[in-house]
Amino acid sequence: MNPIVLFFHKTGSPPWFYRFSGKLIPWLWTICLLLTTVGLYLALFVSPPDYQQGESVRIMYLHVPAAWMSMMIYGFMAIMGFIALVWRIRIMEVLLISSAPVGAAFTLIALITGSLWGRPTWGTYWEWDARLTSELVLLFLYFGVMALYSAFDEPRKAARAASLLAIVGAVNLPIIHYSVEWWNTLHQGPSVTASGSSIHPSMLWPLLLMVGASKFYYGANLLSRARLRLFQQDRRKRWVQDVISKDQV
Amino acid sequence: MSHTPFILAAYAATAVVLLWAALSPVLQRRSFTKELKARKQHMDNKT
Repeated sequence: MNPIVLFFHKTGSPPWFYRFSGKLIPWLWTICLLLTTVGLYLALFVSPPDYQQGESVRIMYLHVPAAWMSMMIYGFMAIMGFIALVWRIRIMEVLLISSAPVGAAFTLIALITGSLWGRPTWGTYWEWDARLTSELVLLFLYFGVMALYSAFDEPRKAARAASLLAIVGAVNLPIIHYSVEWWNTLHQGPSVTASGSSIHPSMLWPLLLMVGASKFYYGANLLSRARLRLFQQDRRKRWVQDVISKDQV
Repeated sequence: MSHTPFILAAYAATAVVLLWAALSPVLQRRSFTKELKARKQHMDNKT
């Protein structure tokens, strides 16, 4: 069998996923911590203040990665929801619902840091502008997915309902992304695009390091939550009993 | 206007949210494992 196909087949097995993710998580946390340490050092002590925003630009090193992650994680959830609905892969259901609290945490950070940046820069903590409002809607969508999942007793039924909401809610992602172009908003347009960046390298590097750190944070946190959820769902199964008796939790 | 309080508040809020999100599965796992182990021991003692 093709090694990639074999890997996906193995990933579908909860005991294999549990063991594999257990080995991967410490590496993901280590890389996340290294990137965060270097990124924060450059962001707080090396990068210069912005000529317009002044020192408040340092909030951007948190706000931008969090905002990007909030959208990326929801996009992943929609894809996982689609796979879970079409192919009924249980690991995808577990990954989807385990992603929701991490995505909600990043969305909350994007909103809080954006608000704290807005006060000294725009003169207000909040404005009902298209970008801010659509990001708030994204937070409610995350809460909605979690609440809907919790409303069912049977995890597979719950996951199907949450998958549907994740797919439907994905319509908000292009609205968030293009809101600064479709409407006349207070929020600035994108500074980093696929074609390049208008940010000076002294500011771009700490930003990219923090973006990298946020991705590894998501990976490590997602796998920790997915392992726990699998463990809880399969608590009566043989492999969980084996893990407990061998003390390999 | 000094930007320092806003920067500190932003970094503190981010740290709190990310630490909570990272620690909550660890704490849940710990209490769940303890519960499972206690249940297993109870069953072993019964038999």
